[in-house]
Order: sequence, then C-alpha cells, then structure tokens
Amino acid sequence: MNGWTDELARARLHVVTGKGGTGKTTVAAALALALATGGRRVLLVEVENRQGIAQLFDRPPLPYSEERIASAPGGGEVRALAVDPEAALLEYLDMFYNLGFAGRTLKKMGAIEFATTLAPGLRDVLLTGKVKECVRRAGKTGRHEYDAVVLDAPPTGRVVRFLDVTRAMADLAKVGPIKGQSEGVVKLLHSGDTAVHLVALLEEMPVRETLDAVAELDAADLRPGAVFVNRVSPPRLPARSVASASEGRVDAGRVRAGLEVAGLDVDADVLDGLLEQTVEHALRVRMEERAKDKLAESDLPTLELPELTDGVDVAALYELAEVLVGRGVR
Amino acid sequence: MNRLDVDALLDNPETRVLVCCGSGGVGKTTTAAALAVRAAERGRRTVVLTIDPARRLAQSLGLGELDNQPRRVHALDLDQGELHAMMLDMRRTFDDMVWQHAGRERAEQILANPFYQTISTSFSGTQEYMAMEKLGQLVERDEWDLVVVDTPPSRSALDFLDAPQRLSTVLDGKLIRMLSAPARAGGRGIRKIVGAGFGLFTKAVSTIVGGQLLQDASTFVQAFDSMFGGFRQRAQATYELLRSPGTGFLVVAAAEPDALREASYFVERLSAERMPLTGLVANRTHPVLAPLPAPGALAAADRLERTGDAPLAAAVLRVHADRVAVADREKRLLARFTRAHPGVPLIGVPALPTDVHDLDGLHEIGRRLAGE
Repeated sequence: MNGWTDELARARLHVVTGKGGTGKTTVAAALALALATGGRRVLLVEVENRQGIAQLFDRPPLPYSEERIASAPGGGEVRALAVDPEAALLEYLDMFYNLGFAGRTLKKMGAIEFATTLAPGLRDVLLTGKVKECVRRAGKTGRHEYDAVVLDAPPTGRVVRFLDVTRAMADLAKVGPIKGQSEGVVKLLHSGDTAVHLVALLEEMPVRETLDAVAELDAADLRPGAVFVNRVSPPRLPARSVASASEGRVDAGRVRAGLEVAGLDVDADVLDGLLEQTVEHALRVRMEERAKDKLAESDLPTLELPELTDGVDVAALYELAEVLVGRGVR
Repeated sequence: MNRLDVDALLDNPETRVLVCCGSGGVGKTTTAAALAVRAAERGRRTVVLTIDPARRLAQSLGLGELDNQPRRVHALDLDQGELHAMMLDMRRTFDDMVWQHAGRERAEQILANPFYQTISTSFSGTQEYMAMEKLGQLVERDEWDLVVVDTPPSRSALDFLDAPQRLSTVLDGKLIRMLSAPARAGGRGIRKIVGAGFGLFTKAVSTIVGGQLLQDASTFVQAFDSMFGGFRQRAQATYELLRSPGTGFLVVAAAEPDALREASYFVERLSAERMPLTGLVANRTHPVLAPLPAPGALAAADRLERTGDAPLAAAVLRVHADRVAVADREKRLLARFTRAHPGVPLIGVPALPTDVHDLDGLHEIGRRLAGE
C-alpha cells in the first residue's frame, strides 16, 4: 500500500515512533508541517526532555507552553510544546489541591521526581494526559483549538509501554482524579482519532523493530498508522546490473569504455575505486530490497522520504513536508 | 586530526576496561563486540559485556544461554588470546546483589515486595546501574586482561553516569519515610519548610499512587536500609574504577549531527568528572574510494545520459558523485567536532555495505577500527 488513506486523514492525534537513529523527530516535524499545509493549525509535541524540536527548528529551548514555530504553505501554522513531566504533575495537582508555593518547594526537593519514580507509569499517564488535553481542547469558535496534534513519542522499544495507560494505571490508585483523567486518555488512544506511525530505515534492524512494534501495538489494541521509510536513496544502477554487481561482478572494460566516451580517462586505481563503490552500492540496494519486502509484511500504508545529503535544516523540513503532501498527507 | 590508534590501545597491558558509550542507534554493541574480537585476536584474554544485542549478533557470540555469566566463544580460532562474552540480565544481577548484601530472611522479604518488582524491572536507571555493577564484578574476578563493556541504549549518552545516583536517591528513603509517615521522625523539619503544603502533597501523592504502593515502598525501604550502605559503597567503588587509569571511555557516534551533539555532551561531561576519555569512534563513514572530482563526474554522467550510451558507466559516475557528497558532509561534521574538541583522538570506521551479525563481520569491523 502506498500513500495516505482516508482513515489516516481522519486521525487527530498522530503518534510518531521509530528505532533510535531513524529520524523520528525529523519525520514528526515534517508531518506536522504537511498536516498544517493549506491553513490548518497543528501542535507538535515532544515528551522526552530532549529539546529535539527546538534544535531541529534552530531555536532556543522551548518553554513549557505552546509556541508558534513555523508557518505552513497556504496559511497554516505549527506550534510546538515540550512537555515536562514535573511541570505537568504540578499543573495537574494544582487543579485539585491548590499547592501554590509549596509545589515549587517540593519540586526543588526532588519530591516530584521521587513520586514519578515510585510509580513509573505515573510519568507516562501525566505526559499522555497533557497530550489528550491538547487534542480535546476547544478553540474560540467552538471547534477544536488544533486540527491535529503530532506527538514525537519514545522510540519503538518503549512506545507501547508509554501508550498503554491501562497497564500503567494498574500501579496507581484505583480511585481519584488521575483515574478519571486516565479513562479519557485510554478512550482517545484506542479510538479512530489516534494513529501510531512508525519510522523505519531500509536496514535489517530498524525493519525488524518496526514489525515487532506493529505486533506489539496490535496486541495492545492500539492502531498502527503508516510506515514512514526515511532516508531512501535513489537506485543508480540499471536494475539488470544490480544482482551481478552485488556479487562483485561489474564489467570493468565496459565501464572504462563508457568513461572514455564521456571524455574521462582514468587510471587503474581510480577505476578500481569506482568499481568497489559500485559493488557497495549494489549490495546496499539488495539489502534495501530485502528490507522493503520484509516491511510489506506489515500491510500498512507506506510513505517514502528521500535521503538529504546536505543534512536536515528548516528548509529541508519544508522539502520533506512537500513530499508528504505529494503522497496524500492531509 | 588526532588519530585514535586502536591497536596500541588494545595491546597496552595497562588497558583493563573499555567502556563504549554513545546515543542509541550508533552501533555501540557491535563496536564493543568488534573491539573484543580484535583484542582477543591480538592475544589478550578478553570478556565483552553486552547489554541488549541484536538476536543474530548474540547467537554469533554464543549468547544463547541466559545465565548472566560470561561464556567462552569457541568459534573464534585464536593462537593465545581468548574471547568470553555475556549478556546482562538486569533482574538477576539485582537479585544477586540483594542476596549478597542482606541476610537470607531479609533478602526473601525484599525480593517478595511488589515495589522491588517495579524497581528491579521498570525503574529507568536500573539497567545502567546493573551494567556498572556487573562490570565491577567482572573486574573483581580478575580472570581477564581486558573487559569491554557496552552501555544501555539510553535516551541520552549521559544516563548511565547518573543512574546509580538517581537510584540511590530513591532508595535512600528519607523522602519515602516522610511520605509514608509524615508525622513521625524527620517529618517535622520538612513541615517547617513547606508548611501545610507538605501535608497536601502527601495526600495528593497517596491519592495518585495509592496508599498500598506507598506502604509497599515504605516496607521495602525499611528492609533495604540495612544493606543500603553496602549498595552505596559498591556504586562508589565502581565509580572510582571508572576513573582509574586502567579504564578508557570510547564515545561511539555516527557522523550525524544528533549523534555528534550527544557525543559532545558526553565528552564535556567525562572531562568535568575527570573520567579518562580515550577517543571518539565515528562509526559507519563513507570515505571516497576513487580520487575523482565530483563535478567532472556529474558532467560526464549528464553527457552519457543524454545520449543514452553507456548506461553502466553513467550509473557508476552517479554512485561516485553521491558518495562524494556523503563523504564531504561527514568530513564537515567531524571537522566541526574536532574544532570543538581538538584533544580528542578520533577514528572513522567505514561502513560495511551489509548488516553485521557474525564473527567474520566483527573481525572485519575490528580491522576497520584499527584503520587497516
């Protein structure tokens, strides 16, 4: 399957996960820009205290508030929020207990970190709780404040535990305010409003982790969305040459003759180097083909994003967003 | 650029511990395993402690058995060195520590506590703490010339230095005693500071996490108290081991901005803690193998593609131009790192075109680490 589906277009919370090093934050940011294209308002959220969004958009660290960080083509805008679990806990407690000054003192003492350590699930419940609040918040005109929320989630190894609020709640009090809040979070995460997207590279390990994560999401009754295949480089060799080149067979005479036609006269060392690079390229193309076949087992919509040799800057994010819009993201 | 001489490092008998650290997804585990293979090939009795190896890599090291002890890797044909490998079982390492430091009755009490289950499996610093504990044990056994250790796949490269401290803070128990019995000892002082807010906080926390969990935690900390000194002492001893002259830290990074930024944080942190930084491994680089300027190659490829002659040669030139672009970018990023940290020796490890999951692959990476 290729491209965005109608079902995905209906989602309001887009959770983005992936193995470490696959470019999860980049894809989340590009997706936010793509979703905002054409005049919509999108919130991009991070939860791991990494300030990855600020770095990506080349800005100072984000405060705990929803800041406008980019305009999208066609009048849309992207805001960003870095959720700090300590601040979220205090904000939350304040709603019920009016802690005021005492809250800040307790924070200084490390009491908040202590409470979240005591019950590791509490941290996740607080973070997802804040995300839910953003998704459901009503704007001035009675519509939702945000048309979509994109969550840069923990990596694949931890994401199901992070989203499995029901399990986290088993650690926590069976009654009381947080129980009430968590029920709303569970409802949102398991509804058609939420899609969990996976970022993969065309390499063995990231693909395996992606498939494992899909199975885990299914088992936890969470809905896998699309697979974003990141950093896809163009195949350069004619398809018929790939197999033999990957076995080390590149016709040196033919290459040399071709180079001469183009006016390049190269010595033996250069030619050897060129051939070796070509063999490595062919090996990688083969590996990527195998990875693609394997990834197809997930039976999820797939969207490819190109490798950017110049690295990822703000302009590159717009480029990636444009690619996503071209693949039907809306 | 200051080049890292891996063979000299591995051959030096004073090198007793090598810690491979870096952010997730940069190839730490593979690098640790390849270093161990290389050291064994060069005649040293080596053990490698891996944290969470990919399944096929684990199999290639004979890590099928999960007994939390090093096993000799027989598949490697060596003259005099030896390679042993193990995979960390954090729960078991923790259990062993409890048995060692507490009396039988008390140990049973601790292991049965529900809060212990949380701490020993889900607390985010436990894996780091147990990796360091296991490292301490391996060094203490004194059966190997060299211990190579992989670090857990943390969110950030710095986590494993901080984890023991964070866990200690929790187990220290002052806060938990105040939370579970704020009216009794120790509670009053804190009340003076925060006033009625503390009572409210206690109430809030127990509403949220539940009275039962607080009670379990309190029982656990009380039982743990008697052995806590032993725990802290060990953590301190391991920390000192990490600072000793026989230890070296290798920071592993990909030639990517994020990974190098993490590597920079790590380098600064090691220097602040006066930990011995050995060098940076720039993993999976793509050096250009053919000295041919890219613009000329691209122009020639354009000419060939226009006429449709020699599609193979055109493709070879495109591959080359791509490679030059990637290599230039990697060089730029590494040069930036070196400018910021001129004293840090660095070695680039050219990427293998395929995945590595056997001893041959590790041997080949070992060669590349040594710059062969």
